[in-house]
Amino acid sequence: MTKFDFNDDSVVVIIGSGAGGGTLSNELAQKGVKVVNLEAGARQSPASFIQDEWKSFGQIAWLDPRTTSGDWRVAKDFSGLPSWICKTVGGTTTHWAGASLRFQEHEFKARTVYGDVKNANLLDWPLTLEEMEPYYARAEDKMGVTRTNGIPGLPGNNNYKVLHAGAKKLGYKEVHTGRMAINSQPRDGRARCLQMGFCFQGCKSGAKWSTLYTEIPKAEATGNYELRPESHVSRIEHDAKGKVTGVVYFDKDGKEQRQKARVVCVAGNSVETPRLLLMSESNLFKDGLANSSGQVGKNYMRHLTGSVYAAFDKPVNMYKGTTMAGIIRDESIHNPSRGFVGGYELETLSLGVPFMAAFLDPGSWGEDFTWWMERYTHMAGMWIVGEDMPRESNRVTLNSKVKDKWGNPVPNVHYDDHPNDLAMREHAFTQGEKVYKAAGAIKTFRTPPYPSTHNLGTSRMSAKPQDGVVNKWGQSHDIANLFISDGSQFTTSAAENPTLTIVTLAIRQAEYIAKQMSERMI
Amino acid sequence: MRVVPIAKANSAISFVSECEEGSSEIPKLDLPITRRNFLQGSGILMGTIASGSLIASFAPSTVWAVELKTLSKEQGETLMAMGKVLFPHKKLPDAVYGLLAKDLDAKASGDPEVARGMVEGINAVNKSAGGNLSKASKAKAYAAVKGLEGTLFFGLVRGQCITSLYDNDMAFVALGYPGACWEKGGYITRGFQDLKWLPNPDAQSSPPPYLG
Repeated sequence: MTKFDFNDDSVVVIIGSGAGGGTLSNELAQKGVKVVNLEAGARQSPASFIQDEWKSFGQIAWLDPRTTSGDWRVAKDFSGLPSWICKTVGGTTTHWAGASLRFQEHEFKARTVYGDVKNANLLDWPLTLEEMEPYYARAEDKMGVTRTNGIPGLPGNNNYKVLHAGAKKLGYKEVHTGRMAINSQPRDGRARCLQMGFCFQGCKSGAKWSTLYTEIPKAEATGNYELRPESHVSRIEHDAKGKVTGVVYFDKDGKEQRQKARVVCVAGNSVETPRLLLMSESNLFKDGLANSSGQVGKNYMRHLTGSVYAAFDKPVNMYKGTTMAGIIRDESIHNPSRGFVGGYELETLSLGVPFMAAFLDPGSWGEDFTWWMERYTHMAGMWIVGEDMPRESNRVTLNSKVKDKWGNPVPNVHYDDHPNDLAMREHAFTQGEKVYKAAGAIKTFRTPPYPSTHNLGTSRMSAKPQDGVVNKWGQSHDIANLFISDGSQFTTSAAENPTLTIVTLAIRQAEYIAKQMSERMI
Repeated sequence: MRVVPIAKANSAISFVSECEEGSSEIPKLDLPITRRNFLQGSGILMGTIASGSLIASFAPSTVWAVELKTLSKEQGETLMAMGKVLFPHKKLPDAVYGLLAKDLDAKASGDPEVARGMVEGINAVNKSAGGNLSKASKAKAYAAVKGLEGTLFFGLVRGQCITSLYDNDMAFVALGYPGACWEKGGYITRGFQDLKWLPNPDAQSSPPPYLG
């Protein structure tokens, strides 16, 4: 395995090995760029993944202390767990369900199309769908997305049958088993899906795309890449001219190490990324790195979310087969006559008994609750994924009152639902319930949001430096050799699951970084 | 005498979250009742699983027992009764509520402060139930538990119920959840599309599975 010296200042240091960091690492390594990839979590494999919800949670989830505030229900139900993401090699691509949808054209122009939404901080992306399309195509090919590149769709499970039947009765048109980065047939050295139903726990057959067993081993094979697991970065350093020079991190033995770098790319997911920029404040950058706009940590988005579960008088056994087995896309359009801007997707979801108990209705008890648990086998479920509004006041800040095990301030995640979010969630809950009633449900239930899996926007892209943190390449406006490479870049959240767009941006960013390096611009 | 071995074969304490990966079978090991002699603990909770039930056909014995290290038998019974008020289930056997008592006992054993708070809470709920929660009428028991809502003790017991009651092999069997399926090859040939009471989706929206 390739090893780089701590003092090798020709390397690109990439922080995080998930959809953004893992993809960027491989793309750069393939181009001959030397990469040191620092990952806070340990390395697992399909063989070591555990099909047990709580045990798996302990194995791969990000459980470092965090705090919450704001009027969102997550702050009440899961005050120490604002987000449900992963601390493991491969990041949250180990846990994601695989939905891979392109953003729609209008979603890149949210400010222009939606107008001046009160108390929202909307902005157009500094790029367009047209610019993204060739890179979307490469990402879909890389990830093996079904219904692209001649790859057949996945077969729908029982949970999908229920969604499909209800959706069709209701008159929905675009209903299918989704565009999924899960092999419906063997591809790219990976097996086809076995319909196990433990997508969230790490795919034991490797059918679901994860950087853990695609991008990372491919990068390792180039000889240009070194992965350092269990390496928690606490600071990005810079020189007197304001260029970043390397990072300081705690290795697996808790020892502080310093890795020099020519370029630093941050892909720690949208809570850790701004936290690291803020923790790296200095005399030169008193408000944190790349923060002349004051936007670092702001505009935190987490998608609308919410779930509808339904009970039927006949069995469904939704746990059999893929977690996200199908989708209704009709509501993802922008149609303000519904009472809100932007749109949402409805996607099937299922949980096992242990997580159903934890997430169906957090904090509740009594016969109303056990009525549902007793009907576990007769339940179907769907998840709402909708565009939420960016707001300056929804933000990640440092909470100096609480320290992590290395003595650093933990991130506080503040979120208040915007009236547009509330109106959209109400609409989506209503439609979701209608779908299940049309399929014959005897009862439906509105499950509040889980801890956030889609964390976005805390270092957003903007055309003008005063409006955001990075430019259209994810390069920070302030520091030319500092990049943001994860969902933190998102200017707005769009209605679609974010991973495909994160991967697409990483492929595009790798081209830019390699070119800038070869032209000695960075 | 054989008991339903709620503990994993090689684990004395942490049994609730220890569902064996790849198997939902309860390991068949014998724990002799004389084992209590080795424990400092004061309580042992025992019961039987109704014969003829689904759980009974699956368990190696219809007799179950859990040992408590810090709490007394009566205190354990109060916690079980509280669990049944909080999460009443026709499908779950008493043995599952025994797990709740055992897990809370383990928490109490690990922290004297928690133990003190737990005993206080147990005394309070018994008092408001007229002396003994486990013997109180359904209405009285409900009122006694409801009256504690918002207290730390209530939160501790309610929160523990989520993992103790629902993350164990008996609950999986009772509620119809098979758990891990990797070793059985998933559901691709085992009924992931076996729902028959709704029309099948068209092949465009849901293509047939690839079977090699």
